[in-house]
Amino acid sequence: MASILDRRLVFVTGKGGVGKSTVAVALGLLAARRGARTIVAELAGGDRAQRALDVPPAREFVETEVAERLHTISIDPQHAMEEYLRIKAGALGQVMSSSRLFNAFAMATPGMRELLSIGKVWELAQFERRTRDAEPYDLVVVDAPATGHGVGLLRTPRSFAEIARVGPIAHQGGAIARTIADRSFTSVIAVSTAEEMPVTETLELHAALLREQLDLDGVVVNARYPERFDRRDASLLERALSTGEPPPRVRAALRAALSEHARAGVQAEQQARLEGAFAGPVVTLPFVFAPELHLPELERLADRLDEVLP
Amino acid sequence: MNIPELLEGRRVCVCTGAGGVGKTTTAAVIALGMASLGLKVGVVTIDPARRLASALGLEELGNEPRLVSPERLVSEGLPMEGELWAMMLDPKRTFDELIDKVAPTPARAAEIKANRVYQELSTAVSGSQEFTAVSKLFELAGQGDFDLLVLDTPPTRNALDFFDAPGRLTSFLEGRALKAFLRPTGLGMRVIGRGAAPLLGGLRRITGVDLIADLSTFFGLLGDMTENFSARAREVETLLHAPETTFLLVTSAQSEPIDEAIWFRRTLRGGGLSFGGVVVNRFHHELKGAGAGRRLETELSELLGAELAAKVAENWRDYHLLAERDTRNVARLEEELSGEPLLLVPQFDDDVHDVVGLLRVHRYLFASDDERARLIRDVVA
Repeated sequence: MASILDRRLVFVTGKGGVGKSTVAVALGLLAARRGARTIVAELAGGDRAQRALDVPPAREFVETEVAERLHTISIDPQHAMEEYLRIKAGALGQVMSSSRLFNAFAMATPGMRELLSIGKVWELAQFERRTRDAEPYDLVVVDAPATGHGVGLLRTPRSFAEIARVGPIAHQGGAIARTIADRSFTSVIAVSTAEEMPVTETLELHAALLREQLDLDGVVVNARYPERFDRRDASLLERALSTGEPPPRVRAALRAALSEHARAGVQAEQQARLEGAFAGPVVTLPFVFAPELHLPELERLADRLDEVLP
Repeated sequence: MNIPELLEGRRVCVCTGAGGVGKTTTAAVIALGMASLGLKVGVVTIDPARRLASALGLEELGNEPRLVSPERLVSEGLPMEGELWAMMLDPKRTFDELIDKVAPTPARAAEIKANRVYQELSTAVSGSQEFTAVSKLFELAGQGDFDLLVLDTPPTRNALDFFDAPGRLTSFLEGRALKAFLRPTGLGMRVIGRGAAPLLGGLRRITGVDLIADLSTFFGLLGDMTENFSARAREVETLLHAPETTFLLVTSAQSEPIDEAIWFRRTLRGGGLSFGGVVVNRFHHELKGAGAGRRLETELSELLGAELAAKVAENWRDYHLLAERDTRNVARLEEELSGEPLLLVPQFDDDVHDVVGLLRVHRYLFASDDERARLIRDVVA
């Protein structure tokens, strides 16, 4: 995964709830630290990055600098369509995007929302931006939808290119599809936790990407518990728990320790299963014991990524 | 309060929630628990992890519910008074079957299924899972074979996508907006008047003529079937709003899913849908001895020696942070509820992905309040 930060476009995907947004922001922080003008793009109108970084939520579709060299944008299909129409059709585009009928049609067309969203991502990653006065970025990190829909998103441009065959949509879809397939330009990474279902889904994602002639450039295993206790510790804890009548709070502490030991063990097994079936790079991030993840915690995760991503 | 009380008088239970909070597991547990009590239950799951599927006896994707053999459940100690039927939704097949059903002739159905716009529509595009899930639910409810249907919903980042997506797809299938563009003398012309001609030109410029031609062929094939889609959509709406249908919100205790749960409940109620209650998975119960700090470490040292005691105490403090977070978040959620039940399932030491795991969750969801309190006492000390 060494080179992912050298590319211009990184899709971060994975099963719901595994910490995609966290990893996307941590990657963004790291890239910005290393001098890259970076943007973290959230799809489906999310503002997780901004919330995590404790900056007031910006308006949708506005590129906002949230830290030195680090920007965020929340991409929604509606704004993406308006911008696309403005670029492609000027004044007429404005008329069209304000037409309710046209809106209803465009938004209802299957795949159109995905195409518009990914079209904006593509635009952000261009050396020469199409939007007026916009500066290019060195790296675009996409906080992509959950696994199943994520593959759909990556596939959409090609589908449109194939269905439309000729004309601007075919052209645009084809250009985006080529960009996504260009592995010197784009990478796809999966975030997983070391648990049964997320690992299975990550492996299925890999297979699904291969079917689309794409690939997975690496996996970030998030939220690994510390291995505080070894097997000897565990047997001492077991023994302490079963001898005499420890007071309730001692018993609770012993059991919590044994629980964590058990969970860490399950995680190690699941990570081994992942590494056995996926030959690409796998990096881990520690479980963060904090009520919420804010800038200090995200910086710590970026530190960790800094160690493992040369 | 427990699941049987919560589902009293209900025939449809839709499990919704953000991705990764244990929806599929919860749906499976509800279904097997209710079947255990004597009902004939059908559970429609969407893309469950393979081991969970095989735990339910679903080795392959089948698009009709199949009877789950009770042996495994019974041998793990769950009596089976009723019947558990389960299926894994295959969106593509469900869509094809829907076309077969509403097409006037088999030939027309075959033509539609061969159309490229249809093929795209019925496969990976987001929305097709949601659309086919409610469609399947509606079909099964209509057959009336089951005492209770439990629906797991597709993994979306945002729980409300589940409601928006079928509507979007239906309005596409109805094709009104598009037809208006395609027929200059049609509705579109009347509605948008003189603006139509340049709009039409613009549409062609933006989309490319071939796409329009394909779409046009597609809608030509659909013809008057579009009305069937509209009628069906209305019937689905009726089912979702029916008094025997309830929505159960599944969440974890982290801040974001809780925020979403709060928002989701407001939206459900705003839309006149029945909100049955919340299941909070992976809850970290506060352990005994909160605030004991130093004294706890001393007591542990006597038992374990200083080094190991320090690690145990550190682990205890880390756990405590999560317990505090979860307690605070659930309290926030509880304030929003007006008395609807909230059931807590603790964080377990192992992932839930097999029958044993399902039955562990089952104990919490089907226990009486007293039994649950006892179970939790066991967890915390």
